[in-house]
Amino acid sequence: MAKNQVRPNDLPTWQEASFGNILPYCGGAKEYRTGDWRTDRPVVDKSKCIKCGMCWLLCPDAAVVQNKDGTYEANLFYCKGCGICVRACPKNAITMVEEGA
Amino acid sequence: MSRRVPLEGSFAAAEAAKMADVDVVAAYPITPQTHVIERMAEFINNGELKAAFIPVESEHSALSACWGASGAGARTFTATASQGFFLMHEVLYFVSGLRLPVVMVVSNRAVGLPANIWGDYSDAMSATSTGWLQVFAANNQEIFDFTLSAFRIAEDARVLLPFMVHMDGFTLSHVTEPVILPEQKEVDAFLPPYKHPYPFDVDNPTLYGTIATPATYSEIKKAQDIGIRGTLPVIKEVWNDFGKRFGRYHNPIDSYKTEGAKTLLVVTGGLSETAKDAIDHKRAQGEKVGLLTLHLWRPFPFEDLSKAVAGADNIVIFDRAPTLGGPTGPIIGEIKAALFDSHKNMKAAGILGAFCGRNLEVAEFEEVIDRGNAICKSGHQEMVETVGIRG
Repeated sequence: MAKNQVRPNDLPTWQEASFGNILPYCGGAKEYRTGDWRTDRPVVDKSKCIKCGMCWLLCPDAAVVQNKDGTYEANLFYCKGCGICVRACPKNAITMVEEGA
Repeated sequence: MSRRVPLEGSFAAAEAAKMADVDVVAAYPITPQTHVIERMAEFINNGELKAAFIPVESEHSALSACWGASGAGARTFTATASQGFFLMHEVLYFVSGLRLPVVMVVSNRAVGLPANIWGDYSDAMSATSTGWLQVFAANNQEIFDFTLSAFRIAEDARVLLPFMVHMDGFTLSHVTEPVILPEQKEVDAFLPPYKHPYPFDVDNPTLYGTIATPATYSEIKKAQDIGIRGTLPVIKEVWNDFGKRFGRYHNPIDSYKTEGAKTLLVVTGGLSETAKDAIDHKRAQGEKVGLLTLHLWRPFPFEDLSKAVAGADNIVIFDRAPTLGGPTGPIIGEIKAALFDSHKNMKAAGILGAFCGRNLEVAEFEEVIDRGNAICKSGHQEMVETVGIRG
């Protein structure tokens, strides 16, 4: 399987399972590709974007990132495609596009 | 020098927790557990025990507070019963899943409806698969001994699992018996300080309570199941060390007058003491009967049971909790299942009774033995076979 997929081939056996559901480090969610839950992805029309940051503020998964030019777009590794950014955008600059379409 | 003092079961449990020098007690009062927690509060209030008492608004919060305290490295104790036990239920799984060695005394009580306060094992039997180690005490000395040794077993680096000590509500919890208490320095020598391998630590953060997907949950559960089963040798080792130090040896299953016995009665908890008198009467009449007292419930002592029943033809199992619509009682079903593959020629009968504090007399245990033998002989068992119930 490709790198960063949810089910890598080297998952632990029961003998290797974490003791007491404890991981001796933090931030493991960073590795977790929630993006493959998505059926629709948000696409930003940069010509309409006024860089207000509402999509960045309201994204429930902190999956919206700011580009160097100040506009915003979704990090598709994490974006679950909930569409809240579409509702949040005051300029209707974001539309949901079906994956694979 | 040890002291022999009169204590009700609740106070015996509290004495054990006090002598274990617990750091945190979080609990919510409920009959018939209340005396355990009142006594712990007294110990802390009068300075006999230096510990934090966390008064909470519910049993769900009580065990949640214990979870946090135990994870932070505190020796943690709580107690509950019946409806409160049920309110704790989802947290039971979290504490065992995190392998936190919380010790809890359950003052066993029937479950509503009908509303009630009296003892049976309906509450305990709801927790069979929660991942807690569990033992049933048959008298107040055992309540003390099992509670004290529970800390040592639970906190052992090879175990690190929560431990439940079950005592009969009222018939043990509120009845005074002489209990031998050791000296504090003897307890201190028996019980080393608690050290969790991954305590909560802001400088070395760890992730407690991972999420598992269909790809990982099954392996974690299998590891948990095998881990719990693997604690049996440690439990025996600790109880053996307890015996060497304090002179009282405890076993997963105790045998009473089982030499040459063709029929074995199996009873759990305080009523096994009454059943001993029934065995005495039967033996005096020349009947080859003996008694097995099942103490250890989780992990289930399969090999000990197999050894204990060797030579017997009939096993008569007495149970104090109905499994409504299921295979008779939980202990009956478990023992029958445990013996089914390896003891093809053995006959087993199961009889239910003593719900919600109803007493059983010696004569009724003799009736249990007689009827159990008749069931074994005829091979016909009613699904709900009861004793001491009108009609």
